[in-house]
Amino acid sequence: MLRAIRHKNILPAFSAFRAFSSSAKEMTVREALNSALDEEMSADPKVFLMGEEVGEYQGAYKITKGLLDKYGPERVLDTPITEEMALICLLNILQAGFTGIGVGAAYYGLRPVVEFMTFNFSMQAIDHIINSAAKSNYMSAGQISVPIVFRGPNGAAAGVGAQHSQCYAAWYASCPGLKVLSPYSSEDARGLLKAAIRDPDPVVFLENELLYGESFPVSAEVLDSSFCLPIGKAKIEREGKDVTITAFSKMVGYALKAAEILAKEGISAEVINLRSIRPLDRSTINASVRKTNRLVTVEEGFPQHGVGAEICTSVIEESFGYLDAPVERIAGADVPMPYAANLERMAVPQVEDIVRAAKRACYRSVPLAATA
Amino acid sequence: MIFDYIEIFILTFCEQLITKEEGLVLYEDMILGRFFEDMCAQMYYRGKMFGFVHLYNGQEAVSTGFIKFLKKEDYVVSTYRDHVHALSKGVPAREVMSELFGKATGCCRGQGGSMHMFSKQHNLLGGFAFIGEGIPVATGAAFSSKYRREVLKEPGADEVTLAFFGDGTCNNGQFYECLNMAALWKLPIVFVVENNLWAIGMSHLRATSDPQIWKKGPAFGMPGIHVDGMDVLKVREVAKEAIERARRGEGPTLVECETYRFRGHSLADPDELRDPESVSSLAAEKAHYAGRDPITALKKYLFDNKLASEQELKAIDKKIEELLDEAVEFADESPLPPRSQLLENVFADPKGFGIGPDGKYRCEDPKFTQGTAHV
Repeated sequence: MLRAIRHKNILPAFSAFRAFSSSAKEMTVREALNSALDEEMSADPKVFLMGEEVGEYQGAYKITKGLLDKYGPERVLDTPITEEMALICLLNILQAGFTGIGVGAAYYGLRPVVEFMTFNFSMQAIDHIINSAAKSNYMSAGQISVPIVFRGPNGAAAGVGAQHSQCYAAWYASCPGLKVLSPYSSEDARGLLKAAIRDPDPVVFLENELLYGESFPVSAEVLDSSFCLPIGKAKIEREGKDVTITAFSKMVGYALKAAEILAKEGISAEVINLRSIRPLDRSTINASVRKTNRLVTVEEGFPQHGVGAEICTSVIEESFGYLDAPVERIAGADVPMPYAANLERMAVPQVEDIVRAAKRACYRSVPLAATA
Repeated sequence: MIFDYIEIFILTFCEQLITKEEGLVLYEDMILGRFFEDMCAQMYYRGKMFGFVHLYNGQEAVSTGFIKFLKKEDYVVSTYRDHVHALSKGVPAREVMSELFGKATGCCRGQGGSMHMFSKQHNLLGGFAFIGEGIPVATGAAFSSKYRREVLKEPGADEVTLAFFGDGTCNNGQFYECLNMAALWKLPIVFVVENNLWAIGMSHLRATSDPQIWKKGPAFGMPGIHVDGMDVLKVREVAKEAIERARRGEGPTLVECETYRFRGHSLADPDELRDPESVSSLAAEKAHYAGRDPITALKKYLFDNKLASEQELKAIDKKIEELLDEAVEFADESPLPPRSQLLENVFADPKGFGIGPDGKYRCEDPKFTQGTAHV
C-alpha cells in the first residue's frame, strides 16, 4: 500500500520535540501526500483527482505519482489548462443532486481533490473557489455542501519570479466558508490531507514546493491508514517559556532553527506550528502567550493584512494584560518577488530575521531598521 | 473557406521569396535564437541561471518569421518562453543574458527573470508566467494604438501587436474572450499560436475537443490560417499578410503555426512523456520534427537558390558565438542588484509606500531602503 518508505541518511537539520515515541521510519512530505491520497482514494470511491499533469506526467511535482496506474483515468483526470472551467465542472458534479433540494443532495456528492500546479494559478479560478465553493453551503442554507479540496504548492520557491511566488494563506483565510490548512512536516501532510479529504466543506490545502523533498521521522500511528489530524488545532513543535513564535509551512523550519540559536543565548522560545490557518487555533496561541508573555509571528507572505496581523490582533484582544512587549510580525517584503537571487533572499524572512525579532521582543537589543 | 487554401497559394509562390540580404538576416536571427538557448542550458546546469527556464529550440522560424516584419514601434507580447522573442525584437543578447543571471544590468534589472522579459525601448510587453495572461494585455496594446489613431488623432499611430502563445492556451477562457473583442473592435492584432503539440506533458490532442486551432478564428469573424511553423519562409508570407491587414485597420487574424520544441517544457522538465524509449510513437514524432529543423531548412534554401555560401553562413555562426561569449562574460561580470533596489520600482510614484511615523513620506527618508525583510 505505501509505496516506499526509504530510510534516508539525511536527517532534518534540527530535532523537533515530538509527543509520540520516536521511530526509525522517515518519510518525505511528497511520500506523505502521495500515501494520503492513495489511502483516501482506496477507502472512498467517490474521491477523485483533477489537475494539470496529475495523471500521465505523475504530477508536476510528482505528488500524484502512481495514482493513474492504480485508479485509472476516470479517477485521476488530466485537465486542459482551464482552471476556471475545471472548477465549474466539478462544482456542477457536486451539485448534481440539486434537483433533490432538501432531500440530502450532498449525500450523493463526489469528493474531488483539485491540484493547482501552484496556488498562483488558483487566481484564474478564484471566483469559483470563493463564490461557488465557499459560499454555497450558506446561500443554500445547508442544502448544498461542497466537499472539495484544493491543493498545491504555495508561496516562494527558488528563483521563480513574481508571478510564481505569492503566498495565498491570508487571502483564502479571510473568506468565511473555507477551511485553510498548511502542513509543515510529513505527519502534518498526511494527517491534514486526510482530514481535508474527509471534510464536508471546501478546504484550501497550502503545501510548499521546497518542503516536498524534506524528510521527517514518522511514527507507526502516523503511518496507519486511519490517521487523521483535527482541523483547527495547532501543534507546539517546541516548548519554551520566554517568547512564543508562531509559523506555518516552511517558516516552521526556520522558526525551529531560530529557536536553537536563541537557546544558546539563553532565550527559550516556544514554536507553534499553526497547521490550520482557518480556523485559527486562537486558544493554543493565547495560552502560549499567556505563558511566555511575548509574541513573534512569522510568515512568508506580504505583511499587510497577513496571517500575522490576525494573530497579533487576536492576542491583543484576548491576552493584552499578559503581554510584556509589543507583538512582532515577521513577513515577506512588501514587494513583488524579485528574480535576482540576492534580492529574493532579502524579500523572504530568514532565520536571522526571526532571531532578531525574538530578541527585540525580549528587549535584548538590536533596533528595528538594522542592516543585515 | 478561401483561407483553407492559403497554404497552397504559398507553396506555388515559394520560388524566389527573399533577397540575399533578407535571407542572411533571417539566418542570423534564427542562429542567434538557437545558440542563445543552447547557452542558457549550459549556464543553467552550471548554476548561473536558476528557477524556471523555458527554451525555444525548434520554434525559431515562428519568432523570426513574424518579428522580423515588425517595426520598432510595433508591440510583441509573449509567454514564459520569451527569450527568443526578446532577441528577435531587438533586445541585446547581453541584456537578456544578464537578466537571466539575475544581475542589475539585465533588461529588467534582475527583477523579472527568465519568464518576465520587458523592454520599453523595443516595445516588448512581457514575458508572462500564466498562460493566456499575455493575450488580454496584447489586445489592450492593440486597442491603445487604435485609440491613439482614431480618438487622439495621432498621425502614424498604426502599430500592430503580435500575441504569441501556445496550444494549451487555446483551451483557456481568456483566449476566446480576446478573439471576440479583437474581432468586434477590429483591433490591429495578430494572434500567433505556436502549436508545438505539447503543454508540458499534456498532448494537444488529449486536451482539445477540436484540435484544429485555426478554425476558431472564423468562429469569431476573423481569418484563421494554418501554416507550417518549421519553415521560416512560409511563416514570413503569412506574417506579411496578417501584419499588413492589421496595419490597414482591417482587423485581427488568427495564425496557427505548427511547430515543435526540441527540448522539454523547461530545463527542470524530465520530458518523460515525450521519451521515445517509453513511448515508441514519439520516436517517430521527434525524428520527424528534427528532420524539419527550421535552420537546416533555411540553409538548404539559401544554398539551393545560390543566395549564400557556406563561408558566409559559417561567418555568421562564428559572429553569433562570439556575441554570446561576450554576453556571458558581460553577465558574469555584472554586479548583483544592490540592497536598495529591493524597494525600487514597486510603484511609479513611491509615495505609495505611505507616510511614516514622522509625518513625512517614507520614500523621502534616505534610510528607507535599508530595512529588513519586514519593511
